[in-house]
Amino acid sequence: MSVDAATVRRIAHLARIAVTEAEVPHLQGELNAMLAFVEQLSEVNIDGVEPMTSVTPMEMKKRHDVVNDGEIPDDIVRNAPETQNHFFLVPKVVE
Amino acid sequence: MTDLTSLTIAEAREGLASQSFTSLELTDAHLAAIEAARSLNAFVLETPDQARAMARTVDAKIAKGEGGPLAGIPLGIKDLFATKDVRTTACSKILGNFVPPYESTVTSQLWRDGAVMLGKLNNDEFAMGSSNETSCFGPVVNPWRREGSNTTLVPGGSSGGSASAVAALLCMGATATDTGGSIRQPAAFTATVGVKPTYGRCSRWGIVAFASSLDQAGPIARTVRDSAILMRSMAGHDPKDTTSVDIGVPDYEAAVGKSVKGMKIGIPKEYRLDGMPAEIEKLWSEGAAWLKAAGAELVEVSLPHTKYALPAYYIVAPAEASSNLARYDGVRYGLRVPGRSIGELYENTRAEGFGDEVRRRVMIGTYVLSAGYYDAYYLRAQKVRTLIKKDFEDCFAKGISAILTPATPSAAFGVGEKGGADPVEMYLNDIFTVTVNMAGLPGIAVPAGKDAQGLPLGLQLIGRPFDEETLFSLGEVVEQAAGRFTPPRWW
Repeated sequence: MSVDAATVRRIAHLARIAVTEAEVPHLQGELNAMLAFVEQLSEVNIDGVEPMTSVTPMEMKKRHDVVNDGEIPDDIVRNAPETQNHFFLVPKVVE
Repeated sequence: MTDLTSLTIAEAREGLASQSFTSLELTDAHLAAIEAARSLNAFVLETPDQARAMARTVDAKIAKGEGGPLAGIPLGIKDLFATKDVRTTACSKILGNFVPPYESTVTSQLWRDGAVMLGKLNNDEFAMGSSNETSCFGPVVNPWRREGSNTTLVPGGSSGGSASAVAALLCMGATATDTGGSIRQPAAFTATVGVKPTYGRCSRWGIVAFASSLDQAGPIARTVRDSAILMRSMAGHDPKDTTSVDIGVPDYEAAVGKSVKGMKIGIPKEYRLDGMPAEIEKLWSEGAAWLKAAGAELVEVSLPHTKYALPAYYIVAPAEASSNLARYDGVRYGLRVPGRSIGELYENTRAEGFGDEVRRRVMIGTYVLSAGYYDAYYLRAQKVRTLIKKDFEDCFAKGISAILTPATPSAAFGVGEKGGADPVEMYLNDIFTVTVNMAGLPGIAVPAGKDAQGLPLGLQLIGRPFDEETLFSLGEVVEQAAGRFTPPRWW
């Protein structure tokens, strides 16, 4: 399988990465090189094989439903580019 | 006091305990070495004040006989590990000047045991790369050069700063991480020892995530014994990482020097690649001969799905990366590039913040997880992964204790030499190491010889799940036979 220019633009949008028109042909070539490389997986017989979901056979651990951290709003917003009164600021979302 | 930097951790431990020198002296010797080696670009942040403060504190403890297992040992930390109040960037522009208000579990255990932090080490951006050329801080220089040549060589990646710093005697050991070979390949390129533990052995908490089902932290050191010493402090159960395994941490150092007599060592025929350089072939046979001379039995084994590990990896790892890296949105931390809408803010921030390799992988990962392609790519790759793991299980079920392979298909290459036209060319570096991540197994890379140009080459040993001890025993046999290799100082 290979991707066309429209698909490259769609993937970039899904990944939320701005891509200029000039970058599309180059990206298309790189992505198709990767897709050509992984194409060989289609020759593997996977009939009846379970997909791997956990690399070590272990039961999913569950935590107690208790509050064990918190009250650290200063720490939470400390690295944010724009904040106000412990809130993260973003461009207007609802008109 | 410059001699202090050439000690092993085991030797320094003795010198500190007998008070032949202090941790402050040892730390200062390393800080001076780091300063003199800035041209290697191994450190992206030096923390001399913190290092000296930690050294003084631990010296006081040593004097009272309260030093821990790593008391006073100066280490470098890969910039993928969150260090409290010390800038942590994963060598990506998108993390900018991120200063974590918390400490990763692995590094907190090193400090608990008395180690001293010298600074943060360069790596490929988000650990995506095999040459340390994708770092936003620029490439790391390998202290090794081809004989009679001044060509700048890469130290491998993604833990290139860790490998380069340990090889150049800038730190006694370093933390590293391995998702497809990022500890073992740079170790092989720099004549250092690199250990990728079993998945679940070391906590991933506080380590910047790349591909969560593959990532493992491990040490890079100058000897097998030193790597075992570091492993004991780095490993252990952590309730904050649900994939961390709740089993006891053995005394790895006790396994160093243990007899390997009677062990069955597998030689996988599928690793004998067409066009493999004769030097690698020779190194591999030599390694087998050393283990045989130590009393191990060599058995040819088959891992039939080996050739599919790398393509399956280049679906699974980017898929997980695209999901993990969704958090970099320009809102909560790191870089922010404004936009007219929130969508534009995300897109501009991520376009500006991610380098080319990261963008490529996030995009391929997004594609293989997208509607209509999930089954053909991601689901198929996860099934192939089951088959790769089964290959190893079948092998171990026949009584094989460990598997011996070359660590890399070549020695270190020049900066800018690979992957320019086709990214896959660079990916092939991990052909011998990536199977281990796909199966969640432990692996160790040990220096074993040099190529015709005088560059180091390494051997890899792959172990059963949670049996790192056998790897330390076998690794020691290789080290004793091959000797140790130090690059001549030119920087």
